[in-house]
Amino acid sequence: MKRAFPILAVLTGVLLGYALHQALVSAPTEQTMGDVQRIFYYHVPSAWTAFILFFVNFFASIMYLIWRANKADIVALVTAEVGVVFCTVVLVTGPIWARPVWGIWWTWDLRLTLTLVLWLIYVSYLVLRRFSSSGQTPLLAAVLAVFGALDVPLVYFSIWFFRTQHPQPVIGGGGSLDPRMLHALLINWLAFSCFAALVCWSRYRLEVLRREVDETLALEALLEPRGSQTRISPTGRAG
Amino acid sequence: MTYLYAAYIATWVIHIAYLGSLLRRYTRLRNEIAEFKGQIEEKS
Repeated sequence: MKRAFPILAVLTGVLLGYALHQALVSAPTEQTMGDVQRIFYYHVPSAWTAFILFFVNFFASIMYLIWRANKADIVALVTAEVGVVFCTVVLVTGPIWARPVWGIWWTWDLRLTLTLVLWLIYVSYLVLRRFSSSGQTPLLAAVLAVFGALDVPLVYFSIWFFRTQHPQPVIGGGGSLDPRMLHALLINWLAFSCFAALVCWSRYRLEVLRREVDETLALEALLEPRGSQTRISPTGRAG
Repeated sequence: MTYLYAAYIATWVIHIAYLGSLLRRYTRLRNEIAEFKGQIEEKS
């Protein structure tokens, strides 16, 4: 597994470079919006990646609630954290696209508002995990994640079932997309998915190490006689 | 074009900032491990 990491890192780097070339050079310029439409190649794949990560977080949280598996808890934490990063990208690139196209940075449109709510839910999940030192924290976080995940399909389907200002879906929504644009979109999605997997992997290893250190320190503190305890105290916090 | 570059740059600033935070946490953890090992060696 250790040998696979640098190989995946190099492949992801090459793929990200190729995807950037596809987005900026190979994909044709959209007639109405012009070059600003190319933001779509970063905005949409980031949103899809965030949704996948939040779904993994949901299933890992369910697994934790059923089996109390430590690994499931770590996967839930890692995917929530990386998912928030991708959701932040969505919330930043969206308004940058909206300003020249709609003439405004933000509107309280259903999809935009639900995406902001989704981001806030997972930020509160991370705040809970970061600042609560209770032994019940993973359990409470898993429950929050299960309810938080309900917002993901609401965000995704909001433009299917409601009239919103946000553009209609380009895939499966009756809209047509130039094949070269579709290629650029899918390559960028693949590249960002590989990048997300790589970051999740690193974060997972860091969290495993963090917990091992905390457990060792806690054990050391228990075994030592009072008054001569180790200076570093186990924090019990994430990463 | 300014908006396009702003969006792409913002995306990578966010990702690099997060990778930086991971690196900082990893360095802190490594220092904790080194300190802990030092304490054990001191005792033995």
